[in-house]
Amino acid sequence: MVAPEFVSLAFDFPFETVYITSIIRVSLYVSVLAVLISTLVSLPVAFAMGFSEFRGKQFATSIINTGMGFPSVVVGLLVLLMLSNQGPLGELDLVFTKEAMIMSQFILAAPPIMAISLASITSVENRVRDAGLVLGGTRLDVALLTLKEARNGIATAILAGFGRAISEVGSVLIVGGNIAGADGVSRTRTLTTAIRLEARQGRYDTAIVLGVILVVLVLLVNAIVIRLGGQEGLR
Amino acid sequence: MPTQRRREFLAALGAGAVAGLAGCSSVGGTAGGTKPTAEGTEPGVVGDKLTLTTTTSTYDTGLLDELNAPFEDMYGVTVDAVAQGTGAALETARAGDSDVVMVHARSLEDEFMDAGYGVNRRDLMFNDFVIVGPGDDPAGIEGADSATAGFAAIADAEATFLSRGDNSGTHTKELAIWDAAGVEPAGEWYLETGQGMGEVLMMATEQGGYTLADRGTFLSMTEDIDLSILVQGPIEGGPERLANPYGVLAVNPAVHDNVNYDLAMAYIGYLTSPAAQETIANYERNGKQLFYPEALSEEPNYEQYVPEGWSSSSE
Repeated sequence: MVAPEFVSLAFDFPFETVYITSIIRVSLYVSVLAVLISTLVSLPVAFAMGFSEFRGKQFATSIINTGMGFPSVVVGLLVLLMLSNQGPLGELDLVFTKEAMIMSQFILAAPPIMAISLASITSVENRVRDAGLVLGGTRLDVALLTLKEARNGIATAILAGFGRAISEVGSVLIVGGNIAGADGVSRTRTLTTAIRLEARQGRYDTAIVLGVILVVLVLLVNAIVIRLGGQEGLR
Repeated sequence: MPTQRRREFLAALGAGAVAGLAGCSSVGGTAGGTKPTAEGTEPGVVGDKLTLTTTTSTYDTGLLDELNAPFEDMYGVTVDAVAQGTGAALETARAGDSDVVMVHARSLEDEFMDAGYGVNRRDLMFNDFVIVGPGDDPAGIEGADSATAGFAAIADAEATFLSRGDNSGTHTKELAIWDAAGVEPAGEWYLETGQGMGEVLMMATEQGGYTLADRGTFLSMTEDIDLSILVQGPIEGGPERLANPYGVLAVNPAVHDNVNYDLAMAYIGYLTSPAAQETIANYERNGKQLFYPEALSEEPNYEQYVPEGWSSSSE
């Protein structure tokens, strides 16, 4: 390792700066969008399941829980086979694009968001619901009340989904291809895949910088979600 | 030394990573809505994006960025380079997921062309392979007069040998050498890593093991690894068996009608042009030339366009 000698300004290195900021941008773009779509899909499902009793509910719940442990490389492989020119969605021409990465991260992030929200919705005590009904609330009011009670759990769920998306490497590497342009601008290179590449090339310094950024990002998002989760926070 | 300045900058950046993030957090705010800059491509538009699958060595040495930047400017297109290793690069092309391939295993390339998946193969450049290992050379292979003798000595001594084990061009070459040496590499000492060239060189440094490397990647990493070249390739007067030619070929549009054949041919034309060949000749890392251009020659070499030993009667 070279002893750090501080350079006055980073502006002499537009390539590096562009490289790193573009990687951060791609990472956030892919993960945030994937988690957003996952949330939009998962919450209604969790809600519907939380407010109803049906045969096979137990089974459906266990399917979702299994999905939480689904290996990301396998998801990547399946998405690749789907999107490949040979696959059923080959027409879309999405292999090695951000859209493909969003697809695989959506699949990865949905189960934890669904399972944790469902758990928190069902754990809102029946007494709360009963109280709502006794006070003359409609079903909608009660649903909103439950949602309010379960908000911390839901925040945790979204956070868990994001944590899984931003820090996984297997699937985005397979479907995204870890591409950066000749000008050093990342196209499908994320923080995780970049760390892997820099380590392969023996450039541990860049890898460490990217690693620090990734950890700080995750902590930052954690903090934001905790703030949003209400004054009492997540204990 | 650019590397030196780069490191200084990174050290400063590392120290200021958190501060730097404050500057980046505006990115986070708009991440969902904006398209990244410098990206003029919309998926599905034909003719502005070329997908290249290639080996880890061309990418990791940095040569590819050097070659692609002028091409992108010239044609106003983007070249998406996916570094996979020769076997995987051809496999991706076989599925029609890339337009053009740059690899270094003639036997695999020939197979690919024979099956009709590739057209218009051209010789592009060459370097060579070297057998590298720890400086104290426990197996005593230094100065072996052939690659096979070197490998045989490693096997006899049961010294740790790290194999790429990833069906790459280097791995293909390595297996061919074991085969020629009449040795079945097996045992505690033989480790299949399944990793790229750079990773394997790092691992060999860590474990004090031997490996077969392409000279380009080895030279581009000398600062980070502690290995010596023990058996030279033909560039330094070593055995011809360690030659490492690179070829470039287009995916056959008759098999996959979705591939961007015109742009692939423009790219191959560019790579084999005097300008790009000069770029290859002038590309240096740590003061050493990594690749030697091979596309320009006085003699037309028709062998390069077709599988070796091909004859028209086989149609």
